[in-house]
Parts: sequence; C-alpha cells; structure tokens
Amino acid sequence: MSERKIRVLIAKPGLDGHDRGAKVVARALRDAGMEVIYTGLRQTPEMIAEAALQEDVDAVGLSILSGAHMALVPRVLELLKANRQERVKVFLGGIVPDEDVPLLLKLGVIGIYGPGTLSDTYVNDIRKAVMVANS
Amino acid sequence: MDLSQGVLAGDRLALARTLSQVENGTAEGRSALSELFPHTGKAHLVGVTGASGTGKSSLVNQLARYYRQPASIYSERASGPPQGEFPRQVAVVAVDPTSPFTGGAILGDRIRMRDLAGDPGVFIRSMATRGSLGGIASATAAVVQVLDAAGYDLILIETVGAGQSEVDIARLAHTTVVVEAPGLGDDIQAIKAGIMEIADVLVVNKADLPGVENTEHALRGSLNLAHPLPHRFMHHGKLEVVPGQQVSPADEEPLWVPPIVRTVALDGTGIPKLVEAITNHRAHLEVTGGWKQRERWRLQTELEILLQNTLMEGFHSRLPTGAYEQALEDMLARRISPFQAVEKLVDSVG
Repeated sequence: MSERKIRVLIAKPGLDGHDRGAKVVARALRDAGMEVIYTGLRQTPEMIAEAALQEDVDAVGLSILSGAHMALVPRVLELLKANRQERVKVFLGGIVPDEDVPLLLKLGVIGIYGPGTLSDTYVNDIRKAVMVANS
Repeated sequence: MDLSQGVLAGDRLALARTLSQVENGTAEGRSALSELFPHTGKAHLVGVTGASGTGKSSLVNQLARYYRQPASIYSERASGPPQGEFPRQVAVVAVDPTSPFTGGAILGDRIRMRDLAGDPGVFIRSMATRGSLGGIASATAAVVQVLDAAGYDLILIETVGAGQSEVDIARLAHTTVVVEAPGLGDDIQAIKAGIMEIADVLVVNKADLPGVENTEHALRGSLNLAHPLPHRFMHHGKLEVVPGQQVSPADEEPLWVPPIVRTVALDGTGIPKLVEAITNHRAHLEVTGGWKQRERWRLQTELEILLQNTLMEGFHSRLPTGAYEQALEDMLARRISPFQAVEKLVDSVG
C-alpha cells in the first residue's frame, strides 16, 4: 500500500506525428514497474509542464523527431522551474544531433536516448536520478 | 508551508504533492487528510463508468469543458443558455489499471482531455488501480476528499474500463453515469446483474454509429423491467391492466428512473442533455434525502475498509513468526482445510 511508485510523464511536444518511440519507452517503463502518464501527440511545453504539475511526476520524457528540440526542451525546463518543479528529471528520445547533446545535458537533461537504446539503459538512469532527487 | 494549508490556499503544487502522499498512504498524507476532512462534503461526485472503448475519457473531457464554458460549444446552444448553477472548479480523477505482473501502469486518459489544458479551473489527476479490482483504486476516495477540500465543487471520477462487476464507483459517487456504445452486446447483457444496476444516468455514446436504436431499445427494455410504467393491452381477448410502479403521488417520494441520453463525445452532441440529467439527479437527491443517505453509505464504506486494513495489519504484526507460512504449507499438503487454517491462526494470536 505505502510503496512509492516512480511516476513518469511521456509527452510528444512539437508537430511531428511519429509516436512509436514514445510508446515503446512508455511500455518499457511500465514493465519496469513505473506509472506512466501518456499524454499523446502535439503537446505544447505549457501543456507538458501543467500535466507534470498536476500529476506530481518524478520524471518527464520528451520524444522529439522534428528537430525543434533546441527550442522546446529549454522551454519545458524553464516552465518546470517556474512551477517550482526543479526536482523533476527530464530525459529525451528521438533524433538529436551529437553536437546538440552537450548543451542539452548542461541545461539539466539527464539523458538522451536515440533509436537502438536498450531499455535497461534509460530505466536504470531514471531510477537512479529519481532516487537521488528524493533522498 | 504545511501541505494541507497549501491545499486550502489553492496552491496547485501543494495539492498535487498531497495527492501523492495520500495515494502512497504515507504518514504525511494521513495527517493532511485529517486536517482537510472538515473541509470536505461540498463537492458533487460524479462517476463515469462503462466498458473499455465506449468513450469515457472523451465524455469526461466534453463534460468538464461544457461545465467550464457552456456557451463555447455545440449546435444545441440554440436551445438557450444552460439551466442551473454551474460548478466553479472541476476536477477529474481518471483511473487506469495496474499490471498485476509488473506493478507498472500506463495512464492514458489525458490523451482525450487535451481540450482542458490551460484552464486554471480544471485539475486532472491520473491514478493506477494498484491492485484494487473494483474499478477504482483503494485510495481514490481519499484523493477525491483532498480535491473536495481544495474547492473543486464538481469531481468527475472515471473508472477503469469496467465490465460487469466493477461497481465500487456507486459507493463513492453521488451520481453514477454508465456509458454504453452500439454493438457491444444483446439485451441479455442489459439485464445481467452489476454495472447496469448502478446507473443513475445511462449514456449511449457514439450515437452516430449504426445500431444505436438497438442499444437504446435494449437499455430501455431493461429499465422498464426495473421501473415498469403503467400500460394496458389485450391478451386472449381480455383487457389486461398493468398498474406499473406508479403509487399515489401524494404520499410517496418522487421516483428516479435513469434517463437514457445519446451522445457523440467526439463532437459534443448531447452533452448539454447529459449535463441536464446529472443536474436533475443531484436535485432529486437533495429533495428526497438521497444525498445524505449516499454520504452516509460512502463514509460507512470508507470506515469499513480502513477498519479492515488496520485490523489486518495489526493481526499480521501479532502473528508468531512463521505461523502464516506454516498454515499455508499445511493447506498445500491438504493436512488442514482453509477454514481450519484460519481458526489456527486466529487462535495463535489469542
């Protein structure tokens, strides 16, 4: 009863409609015993931050294949901060060019998981990051 | 700031965190609930239940949207402004199932509720059942109490896709809306026990699909068995009169016969009628004293469950080490029956 579940929001910001990756990740997190709130396509950063607040999630996963990550990701981080949710861990999936990775990690993204990533990799990363944040 | 103070002050982050504490059954959650409890009892709790894929989430989306901005939508607005008082703030509690194998869950009800994003008067919370089988989670009642105390005066509770026996929602909600859709079953399904019996309002959603008449007819037939209307007919050349359930109107409380409302949740058709039916049911409960009766029933259910859980916890902690496993082993070897095992365990605690 009093077991603490890790809650993760999976969202697709921006305008591309390729949600297979997001669904695969959602399913893998579910199989790892997490509660996954799946919000679907075409979410604005405002919608994502609001959902993260209402659902009191531990982590937010963003799937972006449109190339708009350098606009969308900083905005989501900014809004989470404005909502006093700095504690929430943000990770990315989709297509992110190598040269953008260092800056995104510097902004506070905990991991960027492109096609072919083993699910154990992000499951363990999320578990670790959430555990540290809550301790 | 103290969590419960934050909830009462309208702090949404404090509300969200309190909901988590309550859902996780922590000591902090319990103390917040105790502080918030005197502020509860004001909200109208509306349950929305029905089989998977009947459109519960989409209906909840349209309902909340209509309650918040009744003028903004629908072709039916020609029929004039909506009647009655509208809630100031609407909360949605959407329940989806937990995997019995991994303990994880996909909570996907928000996908259908994107119209509600950006409205500060709406708060949506997804919940996993975490092992409960009755269609809602065991913490749903407590979560609803927190939202009630936070000032949400209409709370829509969406159950998991419910088959026939997921009827716990009837003990939690004041008004239970059962959602059906064309093509899901014949008229025998409609007279089976369970979910049909708990309906205060019946919805035939996806009313633009073929077969909607058949579905509505089956529901109406089932209702007619429970609430017969007076009618006369010729049988073997003799006039038969069936008086129906009508009693002398002076001394009896008005009877509530669940209305059947056709809706198309995707475009909002029928939503004003559904809202009217929900409002009428509330008025009916208030006039007949059913409101108080349901409150009592609801709190009694909660007390029972808490009492059982607490007693069970106490019982397990007082059992001698290994006694439980030993009893189970004895049962497996067919040395003792389940009843004897219980007797033995209860005796061992003394």
